[in-house]
Amino acid sequence: MTDSRKEDGSLGNLLDIEDVSKIYGPVKALQNVSLAVRPGEWAAIMGPSGSGKTTLMNIIGCLDSPSSGRVVLDGLSLDSLSSAELTAIRRESIGLIFQQFHLVSYLTALENVMVAQYYHSLVDEKEAREALENVGLGDRARHLPRQLSGGEQQRVCIARALINHPKLLLADEPTGNLDEANETVVMDILHSLHKQGSAIIVVTHAPEVASHAERTIVLEHGRVASDRQNASSSS
Amino acid sequence: MATSNRSFAWRLVFWSLLRRRSRLLVALTGVTIGATVLLGLITLCYDIPKQLSQEFRSYGANMVFVKAEVGGRLTDEDLDKVGSILPPDRLVGLAPFRYEPVRNNMLPYTAVGTSFQDVRRTSPFWQLNGAWPSGPGEILLGADVHEATKLVAGQRMTIDGRNSRQERYDQDFTIVGIVSTGGVEDGFIYMSLQDMGKMTREEGVADIVEASLTSGGEPLQSLADLVKGAHPAIDARLVTRVTRSEETVLAKLTWLVYLVTLVVLTLTMICVTTTMMTVVMERRREIGLKKALGAENKKIALEFLSEGIMLGVLGGLLGSFAGLLFARVVSYSVFGRSLNPEAHLVPITVAVSVVVTILASLWPVRRAVDVEPAAVLRGE
Repeated sequence: MTDSRKEDGSLGNLLDIEDVSKIYGPVKALQNVSLAVRPGEWAAIMGPSGSGKTTLMNIIGCLDSPSSGRVVLDGLSLDSLSSAELTAIRRESIGLIFQQFHLVSYLTALENVMVAQYYHSLVDEKEAREALENVGLGDRARHLPRQLSGGEQQRVCIARALINHPKLLLADEPTGNLDEANETVVMDILHSLHKQGSAIIVVTHAPEVASHAERTIVLEHGRVASDRQNASSSS
Repeated sequence: MATSNRSFAWRLVFWSLLRRRSRLLVALTGVTIGATVLLGLITLCYDIPKQLSQEFRSYGANMVFVKAEVGGRLTDEDLDKVGSILPPDRLVGLAPFRYEPVRNNMLPYTAVGTSFQDVRRTSPFWQLNGAWPSGPGEILLGADVHEATKLVAGQRMTIDGRNSRQERYDQDFTIVGIVSTGGVEDGFIYMSLQDMGKMTREEGVADIVEASLTSGGEPLQSLADLVKGAHPAIDARLVTRVTRSEETVLAKLTWLVYLVTLVVLTLTMICVTTTMMTVVMERRREIGLKKALGAENKKIALEFLSEGIMLGVLGGLLGSFAGLLFARVVSYSVFGRSLNPEAHLVPITVAVSVVVTILASLWPVRRAVDVEPAAVLRGE
C-alpha cells in the first residue's frame, strides 16, 4: 500500500475528495465532485434518488473506486489501490452503518459485533458486550437478528461499526427503516459519538436527519449543488 | 470467557450450519448418500470375492497336483508337502485320487480310491443317492455304473483285477450310495484309498491330488509355482476352466462396483457443488457484508471450505454406518451370509467424503470471493 501521508499536503482533513467522477457506461453517477471532511466533523450528504449519494458513499467507504479524480483518507491516497488494499483500509479506518442493517442472520447480536473484531484483529467478547451495552442492548446480546426489532438491529449495526474504533463512520440512511422512536434513539447515539470526537458522514434523503449534522452537502445529477454549514445541529 | 479467533472461526462455521438447518440437511443428505454407497460398495468389493469364491468352490477343485515324472504316483508324504505349502485359510479341501482298472462280472470299469471326507469338501456338486461310505468295504457307484450293473445301495459287488505287479486280486464290497454329477464321475466306482490299497496290495499312493482354494490374496498361479519351486518332483496345475471363469467374473464384478462407485462419487460431487452454489447465491449479501467489514478473501474462502469439511466429516461418518448396514443387508440377501465389517474403511470413507466436498466447494468458493460488496449491499 502506498502511504502518501507526507506528500499530499492534506494532513488537516480526514477526507479529501478532489475532482472525483464515476461513470457506469453511459451513466455519469458522479461528475467532478470535490469536498473535504475534517476530523470529528459530522456531515450529511443529501440529494434525490439517482443524485449519486450512494456512489459517493461507496467511494468514500472504499467499496468502489472512482473513474477519475483523487480520494485521500486520513492522509492516505486511495488511488490505484488493489481490492485487497481497499479491504484493509475499510477494515482499519471505516465503520459502516446500513439502512438494511445487514446483520448475519445466524449469529447473535453479540456475535454480529464480534465478527467485525474477527475480521479486524482479535475477538474480545467483553469489549463487544460493552459496545452493545453502550447502545442499550446489553440484555439482547444473545438474541438472533430475527428476535430483535428494527431499531435494535440498527443499534447492533452501530455497535458493530464502532467496535474497531474507526476514524470515519459512514451511515447510509441509518433511520430509513425505523419508526420515529427508534430514529430518535439512533440519532442520539450518533450525537453521543460525535461528542466523543468521531467523524460521521450520513447519507440521507431526510432533511430532519441531515439537520443533526454540522454540515449538509447536497448532490444533484452527480454534482455538488450546495455545501453549507448548518446553523446549529439539533440534538 | 476468553474467545480466540480460531474458536470464533469455528463458531461461525458451526452456527452457519446449525442455524441454517434446512440447507444443511440437503447438502448433508447428498454427502451421506454418497458415503453410504461408497462404503457399502467398497465393503462389498472386499467381500464379494470372498463370498463368490466360496460359491465358486461348489464347482469343484481349481488346482491339481501330479507327479512330475511321467507315470509316477504321489505318496502320502507328497500330500503332506502340498498341504504344508497351501495357505490353510484358503484351503477348502485337498482330496487324493487313485485310478485302477477293475472288472465286475468280466466287464471293465475304473475304480477310484479317494478320501470321502475330503471329496465332500472339494466336490460339493456330487449328488448322492444313499449314504457316504463310513467304514471299510463300502463303496459308491457312479450313476452310469449303476445303470449298467443294475446294482443298488445295499447290494454287494465283487471287484477283481491285477495290480502293477500283475498279481490277481478280487474282493467283495457293499454298495452304500449312487453318485451322480452328469459328468465323467458317473462312470466310476468309488472306494476309500485304504480299501483300494489293501485290495491291490499297493498302499499309500495316489495318481492326482485335487485342491479347492478360495480367491483373494496371492493368485492361484503363484501358489502353484510355489509348490513346484519347493518340490520339483510335484507338478501343480490350475483347472483353467474353473479358475479362468472365476477370475473373469470377479474382475468384471469388481470393475462394475468401481464404476458404480465412481458414478456415485461424481453425483455426490454434483449434488454438493449445486448445494454449495445455492448457499453462495443465498448468502451473497452476507458475503458482501463480511467483505465490507474487511474480511479478506482468504477468510471467506476458509469459512466456506470449513463448512464443506464439516459436511464431509459429518456426512462421511453417517454414511459409513449406513454403508456398513447397506453392505450387510446386501450380503445377507444375495449370498445368505453375514459379512465382517471392515472398520478401517470408515476413516477412508470420511477422508474421501471430505475430499469430495472440498473439491465440490472449490468453484462455489471462488464465486463467493468474487462477490462485490457494494453491489450486493445495494441489493443487486
